[in-house]
Amino acid sequence: MNSMKVINKKNILILIVIIVFYAVAQALINNGTINNFYEITLATICINIILAVSLNLVTGFTGQFSLGHAGFMSIGAYVGALINMEMNSTLGFLVGILAGAVAAAIVGILIGIPTLRLKGDYLAIATLGMAEIIRVVFLNMDDITNGAAGLNGIPRFTNWMWLFIFTALTIILISNFVRSSHGRACISIREDEIAAESMGINTTMYKVMAFAIGAFFAGIAGALYSSYFYFIKPNIFGFMKSIDILVIVVFGGMGSITGSVIAAVVLAVLTTFLQSYSELRMIIYALLLIVIMIFRPQGLMGTKEITDLFKIVKKNEKNQ
Amino acid sequence: MNQFLQQLVNGISLGSIYALVALGYTMVYGIIKLINFAHGDVYMVGAYVGFAVTTYAGIGFIPALIISMLSCALLGIVIEKVAYKPLRNSARIAILITAIGVSLLLEYVMMYFVGAEVRSYPKLLDDSVLKFGNIIINIQQIYIVFTAIALMLLLQFVVKNTKIGKAMRAVSADRDAAQLMGIRVDSTISFTFAIGSALAGAGGVLVGIYYNSIDPLMGMMPGLKAFVAAVFGGIGSIPGAMIGGLSIGILETLVSGYGNSMYRDAAVFAFLIIILILKPSGILGKNTKEKV
Amino acid sequence: MPLLSADKLTKSFGGLTAVSDASMDIEKGELVGLIGPNGAGKTTFFNILTGVYAPTSGSIKLEVDGTVKDITGFKPYNITKSGVARTFQNIRLFKDLTVLDNIRIAMHQNIKYSLPSAFLRSNNFYYEEERLVKEAEELLDIFNLTDKKNELAKNLPYGEQRHLEIVRAMATRPVLLLLDEPAAGMNPMETDNLTKTIAKIREEFNLTILLIEHDMSLVMKICQRIYVLDYGTMIAEGSPSEIKNSKRVIEAYLGEDVRYA
Repeated sequence: MNSMKVINKKNILILIVIIVFYAVAQALINNGTINNFYEITLATICINIILAVSLNLVTGFTGQFSLGHAGFMSIGAYVGALINMEMNSTLGFLVGILAGAVAAAIVGILIGIPTLRLKGDYLAIATLGMAEIIRVVFLNMDDITNGAAGLNGIPRFTNWMWLFIFTALTIILISNFVRSSHGRACISIREDEIAAESMGINTTMYKVMAFAIGAFFAGIAGALYSSYFYFIKPNIFGFMKSIDILVIVVFGGMGSITGSVIAAVVLAVLTTFLQSYSELRMIIYALLLIVIMIFRPQGLMGTKEITDLFKIVKKNEKNQ
Repeated sequence: MNQFLQQLVNGISLGSIYALVALGYTMVYGIIKLINFAHGDVYMVGAYVGFAVTTYAGIGFIPALIISMLSCALLGIVIEKVAYKPLRNSARIAILITAIGVSLLLEYVMMYFVGAEVRSYPKLLDDSVLKFGNIIINIQQIYIVFTAIALMLLLQFVVKNTKIGKAMRAVSADRDAAQLMGIRVDSTISFTFAIGSALAGAGGVLVGIYYNSIDPLMGMMPGLKAFVAAVFGGIGSIPGAMIGGLSIGILETLVSGYGNSMYRDAAVFAFLIIILILKPSGILGKNTKEKV
Repeated sequence: MPLLSADKLTKSFGGLTAVSDASMDIEKGELVGLIGPNGAGKTTFFNILTGVYAPTSGSIKLEVDGTVKDITGFKPYNITKSGVARTFQNIRLFKDLTVLDNIRIAMHQNIKYSLPSAFLRSNNFYYEEERLVKEAEELLDIFNLTDKKNELAKNLPYGEQRHLEIVRAMATRPVLLLLDEPAAGMNPMETDNLTKTIAKIREEFNLTILLIEHDMSLVMKICQRIYVLDYGTMIAEGSPSEIKNSKRVIEAYLGEDVRYA
């Protein structure tokens, strides 16, 4: 009776909103308001949104503290870049993104199964270790990845259109997942894993699933990155990159997709301003982490989304 | 065989340093169940303090060691009071994130003020070598091992035979009960951080002398490896940290010597993951399961 | 054929044997109690039944739709999927989630849409989600929790939290409900409400119930049969009056040479 039909009223509405948003930004780019310099910031924002929202799924919604997200990004970057360079076409670029994402997801499953039984601090260090191992492996696969020197001359196919499409897809798909029963299952794991198991939820499967989905989208981000910045090397995707993403998630609120989006924008702008003062930027990031945890651990949005804010505004209007 | 013994010698001296740092991790974890991410950076600060006093004030080895240890002890106490104490009753993930923040803060503040370049220690200790057949032992390595052993014996003495040591053990076992017995928990925790940080500082100075180069990010890798050592030996166990430190040091030099030195970091992490999956309580640690 | 048949369950932790050769049969529709002095191993026994511990030896069999299923050593989520639900001694509600969400999560194992449906929000997804909310609200209504449905679980008064835990366990559509000290910390009025709730559950849902309790008056009042555990072994089994007058049971609770007034 009820189908897998995806074309329904609500989805169409969302599509319209998205198209409008895209068109506005594209117009700004076309008429030069968003020039080359800002375009880089825009690209960084989009890539960071994808990274932050995918990490938020794992750490914020499912409660699994992962410090190795950059490792998945690097898998997507390398696989995507290699296929892209081989085929040198838009099709190659897209195949590269898909392959990179799938490769990252597979590694995510392989890593997740043994390590996700660990908790808290131990899981954090294990994921950090995994990302480091990935980095060292890429450093040593000289014939394929060109080792420490990195891959140069990656064809640039990433533009505003593709960035927008993939960012919007990430936000929509992950947000759909989170507000479904499967997403609620993940949230229940965060809240109380033992109780979740008693509700008939296969917690190991869901933890690995969230981890793999997070890895998939991190892979997309990595592939987009490699086809935008022409050049990648293993050390770009180290612990510091994982921390960068973590700061966005913590600042925006662990458990809020809206928060990750806002935080990604704010922090990308901050990074652009502090380009020449990279130490200062890291000091600010460090203070952000400490101050947020002590004074406002829920970050900007806590676990609320922008739709919740609309509901509160509506309620206040009604009461007046 | 000679190659093996040589690596063993190198591994023991490297491992002694890891042991000193691992002790700080294990004691702090034992008492407040936190992996102090910033611990490796305290070690870095110790190295820099040692560098500063020996280079600009011309001080010798032992006084530099002591000054560095005292400075790090103070730093440890401040970090605990400012960043960790407010979160003592918060979710574990909160304090973990804060620890990462403190770690970054130490690294980049140091980088901001002294620059990212590598600095060298002045010649403090005799660096002649002893030869036993084909095996070379540097006198500095002997200094390292003996200093480390002396400090660890001192620590054992404090923990087993003093009142504060008893308080540390009590708070590690059951914080609330210790408080009810009249133990001043806050001071005990501060003291634990102080000792752990002092030992890390000593490690930093020893590394500065032997490996001769220090930089603001030098604490990250050794910090993580010392953590692996603490886990391997059994987190919360002091003898465990010592055994763990030596083991990791030897593992690293063997991988470096026999395999690819580029893989040595990955080897330590792979080792960690294997331990965490097979025996997370480590060699000397105890199993604690959540009560349902 | 009994609904649940636990046969000679033994659980050892290293040198310590917490439960030894404990057997229990529960018929469909019964309300059985499990009592015993503190530390007798009641919660350990429960934890074996619910898969938190795998027994060192012994077996557990569940009758499902006419066939007997061996659920020994199943993981907790599989035990729940097989039809055995439980509550916890120290309430384990999802405290920061709403009452409605607590129930919806319990219903997760029975939803009928796939992962792709969730990602793409097909018509099936919307239909199932509506059905889920409706069923959850119906369940809440039966237990008078409707007005609290959007309240965070942690904001409910203690007695209601315990109620919610039971309702949540029921949302998994079990055939057997295990209640771990449901009356713990309740005052007499709350205990009375609990008794009414349990009665309602049996009436409307025809559920089989096993409960651990320390509140003797509650156990004696509502249980049809009682098992007594002491130092890990079942020392007695029978009707409330048989247990009340059993010398062996009195000895276990009060020590030897004591007269029960």
